[in-house]
Amino acid sequence: MELVNHAGIAAAAGHIDHAGLAGYVLALVGGALIGLAASVAWLGYGRIAGVSGILGRALVEDDGHGFRMGFLEGMIGVGVVVAQLAPTLLGRPLRGTVPLAVAGLLVGIGTTLANGCTSGHGVCGLARVSSRSAVAVATFMIAGGITVALAGVGS
Amino acid sequence: MKHQVGGILVGALFAIGLALSGMTDPAKVVAFLDVTGRWARWDPTLAFVMAGAIAMHAPFVRLARARATPIAAPAFHAPAATRIDPAVVLGSALFGIGWGLSGYCPGPALVSLGRGSPGLFVFVGAMIAGIAGTRYVLRVTTRRAA
Repeated sequence: MELVNHAGIAAAAGHIDHAGLAGYVLALVGGALIGLAASVAWLGYGRIAGVSGILGRALVEDDGHGFRMGFLEGMIGVGVVVAQLAPTLLGRPLRGTVPLAVAGLLVGIGTTLANGCTSGHGVCGLARVSSRSAVAVATFMIAGGITVALAGVGS
Repeated sequence: MKHQVGGILVGALFAIGLALSGMTDPAKVVAFLDVTGRWARWDPTLAFVMAGAIAMHAPFVRLARARATPIAAPAFHAPAATRIDPAVVLGSALFGIGWGLSGYCPGPALVSLGRGSPGLFVFVGAMIAGIAGTRYVLRVTTRRAA
């Protein structure tokens, strides 16, 4: 039962509920907003809306500096607002300090080596029909799937 | 700062999309990656996030191809790396392991900082350390190779 709840199916009354069909609609609508954001970044400013790349170059003082700082501010700012207005959208961390630190380190090293994550490769790269991004997405999906199958959902 | 307001708009829109879609719930992410259904019934909904994002973004990418410059900036900054090399495979594999372990990829982790839970600060701190360390090593090794 606990695991079923972990699938994101349960949500408290008065909060945005991802159960059933609503979950698919919210996924599509949320995805479309992400795609819109990536489009404003590219068509408006000539920038790839890839989170790991923007974070990695946050301190680089070229003419994209303002855009990158703004992007990070907007993203973190919305997180603070969502935590107040619809806190159930931000799920609880599934694991303790040490596994979270190991996972964060792997995500940081990996996305830097690969030059992109779920946003840069998964959204921008695939929309640009990049074969490099297709390889990246297939690899991190398979690696993620194997990891969950072997290591599970944590405690 | 130049284009900071545009950046805020893009980052905010992106974050609202992530939060609405379910990507900021690590339990949902793990349930999506659990394709073998080992821990619960496989939850395929998050595949629709990527589908929705690409369906929205692809026409704009095509629109941009017809232009010499973006609307509000002097140049398009396309990614320099286009080859499929060992680094993109190794890096994506390491990223996938971290993603599967925690249920967080970089965007949702940054958005979830708003929760104020210590675990998120640990994750994001370690992620930034990983990014900075790898950038440093790559810079030193490519300088030596040159």
